[in-house]
Amino acid sequence: METSVNIYAPRYLKLSGLEPLVITPDSNFINVGERTNVAGSRKFLRLIKEGEYSEALEIARNQVEGGAQIIDINMDDGLIDGKAAMVRFLNLVVAEPDIARVPIMIDSSKWEIIEAGLQVVQGKCVVNSISLKEGEEEFIRQATLIRRYGAAVIVMAFDEVGQADNLDRRIEIAERSYRILVDQVKFPPEDIIFDLNIFPVATGMEEHKRNALDFIEGTKWVRENLPHCSVSGGVSNVSFSFRGNTAVREAMHSVFLYHAIKAGMNMGIVNPTLLEVYDDIPKDLLEHVEDVILNRREDATERLLEFAETVQGKVKESKVDLSWRKMPMQERITRALVKGIDQFIVEDVEEARQSVLRPLEVIEGHLMTGMNVVGDLFGSGKMFLPQVVKSARVMKKAVAYLEPYIEEEKRNNAEGSVSQAAGKILMATVKGDVHDIGKNIVSVVLACNNYEIVDLGVMVPPEKIIQKAVEERVDIIGLSGLITPSLDEMVFLAKEMERKHFQLPLLIGGATTSKAHTAVKIDPEYSNAVVHVNDASRAVTVVGDLLQKDTGVTYKAGIKSDYESFREKFLARTKQKEYLSLSQARANKLKIDFQSQDIYTPNYLGIRAFEEFDLRQLEAYIDWTPFFRSWDLHGKFPDILMDTIVGEQASELFEDAKKMLRDVLDEGLLTGKAIFGIFPANQVNEDDIELNVDGDNYTFRTLRQQSKKRQGVANIALADFIAPKQSGLEDYMGCFCVSAGFGTKELAEAFEKDNDDYSAIMIKALADRLAEAFAEYLHKEIRKEYWGYSANEGLDNQALIDEKYRGIRPAPGYPACPDHLEKLTIWEVLKVEERIGVKLTESLAMWPAASVSGYYFAHPQSKYFGLGKIKSDQVKDFASRKGIGLEEAEKWLAPNLVDG
Amino acid sequence: MSQIEQILQERILVLDGAMGTMLQRYNFSEEDFRGSRFKDWPQSLKGNNDLLSLTQPKALAEVHSKYFEAGADIVETNTFSGTTIAMADYGMEELVYEMNYESAKIAKAVANEFTLRNPEKPRFVAGSIGPTNKTASLSPDVNDPGFRAISFDELREAYKEQVEALLDGGADILLVETVFDTLNAKAALFAIEEVKEARNITVPVMVSGTITDASGRTLSGQTPEAFLISVAHLPILSVGFNCALGAKQLTPHLEAIATKADFFTSAHPNAGLPNAFGEYDETPEEMAAQIKEYLEKGLVNIVGGCCGTTPDHIKAIADLVGNYQPRKFVIPV
Repeated sequence: METSVNIYAPRYLKLSGLEPLVITPDSNFINVGERTNVAGSRKFLRLIKEGEYSEALEIARNQVEGGAQIIDINMDDGLIDGKAAMVRFLNLVVAEPDIARVPIMIDSSKWEIIEAGLQVVQGKCVVNSISLKEGEEEFIRQATLIRRYGAAVIVMAFDEVGQADNLDRRIEIAERSYRILVDQVKFPPEDIIFDLNIFPVATGMEEHKRNALDFIEGTKWVRENLPHCSVSGGVSNVSFSFRGNTAVREAMHSVFLYHAIKAGMNMGIVNPTLLEVYDDIPKDLLEHVEDVILNRREDATERLLEFAETVQGKVKESKVDLSWRKMPMQERITRALVKGIDQFIVEDVEEARQSVLRPLEVIEGHLMTGMNVVGDLFGSGKMFLPQVVKSARVMKKAVAYLEPYIEEEKRNNAEGSVSQAAGKILMATVKGDVHDIGKNIVSVVLACNNYEIVDLGVMVPPEKIIQKAVEERVDIIGLSGLITPSLDEMVFLAKEMERKHFQLPLLIGGATTSKAHTAVKIDPEYSNAVVHVNDASRAVTVVGDLLQKDTGVTYKAGIKSDYESFREKFLARTKQKEYLSLSQARANKLKIDFQSQDIYTPNYLGIRAFEEFDLRQLEAYIDWTPFFRSWDLHGKFPDILMDTIVGEQASELFEDAKKMLRDVLDEGLLTGKAIFGIFPANQVNEDDIELNVDGDNYTFRTLRQQSKKRQGVANIALADFIAPKQSGLEDYMGCFCVSAGFGTKELAEAFEKDNDDYSAIMIKALADRLAEAFAEYLHKEIRKEYWGYSANEGLDNQALIDEKYRGIRPAPGYPACPDHLEKLTIWEVLKVEERIGVKLTESLAMWPAASVSGYYFAHPQSKYFGLGKIKSDQVKDFASRKGIGLEEAEKWLAPNLVDG
Repeated sequence: MSQIEQILQERILVLDGAMGTMLQRYNFSEEDFRGSRFKDWPQSLKGNNDLLSLTQPKALAEVHSKYFEAGADIVETNTFSGTTIAMADYGMEELVYEMNYESAKIAKAVANEFTLRNPEKPRFVAGSIGPTNKTASLSPDVNDPGFRAISFDELREAYKEQVEALLDGGADILLVETVFDTLNAKAALFAIEEVKEARNITVPVMVSGTITDASGRTLSGQTPEAFLISVAHLPILSVGFNCALGAKQLTPHLEAIATKADFFTSAHPNAGLPNAFGEYDETPEEMAAQIKEYLEKGLVNIVGGCCGTTPDHIKAIADLVGNYQPRKFVIPV
C-alpha cells in the first residue's frame, strides 16, 4: 500500500520572523547582529536607560539593513528593569515590519526575562542561553518551556562544576546536554545550538594556549557526533588580549572564523567592521596569528606580541599597499581610475579642484588623463571589461562630486562653457525589447572614453529615438536588441532615419544582430554609415573612427562599400542552397515508430505554479560560461579562471559575481517564479500539435526544415516528436515559463542611482544566469519527478549543460522554433501572466527579462535542431493554419525566410 | 499513531462546512437564543451562536447530521467564540466551560450514530478553537505601537479552559483555526500542551491560519512559510488555511506550505468572496472545481468549507476526493 509519507528529508534549523530563515548545510555562516545588546553597545545601553526607544529601534533597523540575519537582544544591566525593557522593546520591534522580518535571539542570563520575551514574539526565536549550571532539573524545566513556546535554544558549555575550559569538558557537557534534551525533553535536535565558549588566547597564561584550538576541535566533535545541531559563539572574545590593536584583532577574528567554520561553526556574533578578509592578511601576520590560534609553537604568543608592535596603531588600510598615496596628485587620480579604487577619489578630486581655476578643468584634465590611460590599456588588451566598468564607477563618483561646483560656476558665469565631450551618442534598446546588458556595457565603456551618452533605456519607440536624436543633437545613434523581432525594429528605424534625411551613423548591436543581417537588411535602407558592433572594445574604435573630423568621411565610405560587398557575397552564397517544397519536406519527415513503451505516462498531469521559489536551490545549476561571455571574456568555465590572458580578470569578476550572488540568495533580493503544465497531446495536420488542457484543445504550430538534406536525413519539425492522433496512442507534451527577474529592475536602478553601473550590469547578468539555471533545474524535476520518465537519471551540472539527458526543452524564438508567436499560446494555456506575472511585450519579449519559456518533449528520439531557412509555401501554409495574414507571418518569420 | 493519522495515510478526509450559515436558516429570534434559561439575561443575546449549544441543541445536531450525510468525515463543534475573552461581550464568561462541553457532546453523539451505521467510515469531532477578538502581537492603539490589549498568559488561561471542556465533552481533535495572529495560536498550542501533560494523553491538533488580503501575509505580517515554521514546534496533525478569501485565492498560500510542511495539510475556504450584500454565492460546483485544483496538485490531506458553505458544497467536495491521492510529504530523519 502506498502511504502518504514516502520521502525523507534532512532536519534543518528553521527560524522565523515575519519571514522564514532556514539554515541548511549550504547556508553561509549566519551572522547574528549584536548591537541591540546593552552589554555590547554603550550607545544602546544609554538609549534604553534614557527610554529613547525609537532611537534604539533605529539600531535594530541598521543591523537588519546591514545584513544581520538574526538580531540578538539583551537587556541585562544592573540599572535597567530588564524584563520590562525586553517586553517594551520587543513589542516595538514587532511593530516594525522591516526589523521584524528576521528572527529574534532573546538573550539574557535571567530566565524570567527570557520567558517574558518568548511571550511577546510570534515568530520562532532563539533563546540565548540555557545550561546545566543550575542542575538537570532546572535545565529540563527551561528546555520544556522553550519547546512549548516554540523557540530554538543556545546551550552553553557550562554545568554544575563550572564552564568548560578544555576540549574534554566541552565534549562532556555538550554530549550530556544533548542527550537530556533529545532523549528526555524530546527537544528537536535541529533546534539545538551549542555555544562552546570562545575564550581569549595569547594572554600569556599557559592554560589559555589551547583556548581557540579546543573550541575548534570541540566544534568538529559536536558536529560529527551530535546529529543535526548547530554551533555558535561570540567571536570577538578570542582577541581580547589585543584590545587597541585593530589590525591584529581583525586578523585573529578572521583566522579563527576560517578554521572554526571549517570545523562546523555555522552561526555566531561577529562584528563585521572588525574583520579582515582571510586572503588579504599579510603573510607574516597570518603566520603569527595562525601559530597562536592553532597553538602551533611554544613561543607563538611571544612572537605575535613582538610582531604586533610593528603593526600597532596602523589604520586598517595600511595593510594594503598604500604607498601610492604619496605619489603626485595626477598619478593618484590615474591610479584610482585604473585600479577602480573609489576610496580616496573625492579627496583627490577636491585637491585637483583647488589647483585649477574652473572645476570643469578637473574633468577635462585630470580625470580624462586617467581615463585615457584606461582606454589605452583596454584597447591594447591589458585591461578587461569588468575593470573598465569599475573605472567608470570611480569616474562617475568623481564627476558627481564636481557637479555642484560646475553648476555654481555656470550660475555665476552666464555664458558658461559647454563640456568638450568627444561626441554625443544616443543609446536605446528598441521597441518591444527589454534586454540591455550589452547596451549598458557599451554605454559605460564609451562614457569612459569621454563620450557623452544619452541612454533612452529599454522598449524605446522609434519616434522617441528620432525626436531625442534631434533634440540632443547627438552624433551617433546606437541600437540594441536581443530577440528576433527587434531586427525588424532596427530596419524600420533605418528607414525612418533615411526618410528624415538623417546624416548620423547608426550602430547596431545585440545578441541576435549579425553583420549579415546588418549588411543585408539594414544597410540598404540608409544612405549613411551602418555598423554592426558586437563588443564593447570594438565600439570605442568604431565610434572614434566615425567621428574623426579628418578621416571620418573616408572611413564611412569604406564601411559602406565593405557592407555592400559582404552583402553581395552573402546573397550569392545563400542562393546556392537547395530547398524542398513543403510537401516534399513533409514526405521526408522524421518517421518515429511510436511504441507505447516509449511513451511514458506523466506522474503529474495539469498545471503547477511556484510563486515563491527559493533561488538558493539553483546555485549548482548555473552555467557560468555565458556569464563571462556577457562581459566579453571568452572561454569555457572553469578553465577560463586559469586562462593565461583573461584568467586573473575572470577570477576577479567571478569573485564579485559570487559575492553578489550570495547577497541576492541569502537576502532573497530576487524572486523566482515558475509555472509548467504537462498535457495529453497528439500530432495533427502534419506539423501541428494538439494539446488537451482540461477538455479544451489548444494547438501549437511547428515549422519544418526545408533545406535539402542528404540521403537518410529527415526534414524535422517539432511535431514529429509527438505520436500522431491516428496512431491511437495518447502522447504528452509540456510547456513552461520560469523567471528569476522579479526585483532586478529595482536593484539595478538603485545601483545606477549610486553611480555603480558595474553592479547594475552584474545583477542583470546574474538574474539571466539564474533564469537559465531555473529552466535547467525545472527540466530536471520534470524528467525525474513530475513527468518522471528519467526517474533514475543522475547527471552532474556539466552533463546537464552538455544536454546529455533524454527529452528536450526548446524555446520559441530559438533555432528549433524561431517563431515567437507560439509564446502567446503558452501564455494562454498556462495563464502565465495571471499566475506568475511574467508579461509579453508587443515584440513578445518576456518581462522581466530574466525569464525563459518553452516546451517539453520526452520521446527518446527528440533532439535539438535548427530550423534553418524556410520557403514562402510554408509561410503561406503557416499563416493559414494560424489564421493570420501573410504579411504578419512574414514579419515574425523574417530571419528565416529564403530570399527571392 | 492515532486512528485518524492512519486513515489520513490512505485518503483525503472531508471537514464540514459553515455552522453560522446553516444556523441562519433557522431564523432564530432573540427569544430563541435565550431559551427559558436566559430569558432574563441583561444583555442582548441574539447572534451569540455559541450559546445555541445550550438553548437550541436539536438544531445543532441537525446541522451536524446534514454534514455527515453529505459525506463529511469530521464536523466542527459550535465553539468558535467559546473563550472567556470572546464571551466577555455577552457577560457569559462563566458559561464557557458548559458551552464547550455541551457542544462537543452534541457533535460526538451524532458522530457516534453515523459511525455505528457505517463503521467503514468512522466520523470525528474537531473542537473548534477560534482566534478570540484580541491580538497578542498587534497594538489596537495607533498612537502606541508597543501597547497590547491582551497578554500571552491571559490567552493561555482562556484557551486552557476551552480545551479542557472540549476534551471532556468528547472532541477527538482540536482545531486551532482562523489564526490571524500567530502569537494567539501559540498561546492556544501552549495551553493544549499543558492539558496533554496534565492528563498524560495525546490529542491530534490541527492548526489553520487565515490570510485576509492580497499581501499574501497573515494579519500579523507573516508569510505562509514563516507561519508554518512558527507553529511547527509541537506535535501537530496538520497545518493549513481557512476562511478569508475563496478557494481560488487560497491556492498560492497552500502551495507555499504544501511542499514545506512535514505533517498533513488542510484547507477549508469560504464559498468564494462575499458579494455586495456580504453573502457568499459560489455554488457547490464552482467551489468543487477550485478544490479539484488542490487535489490535482496534491496540496491537501483534509479539505472542507468555511463561511458560506453548505452541505451541498461539502457533498460536491466529498464526491471529488475519492478520486485523488492524498498529498504526500516529507518527514525529517
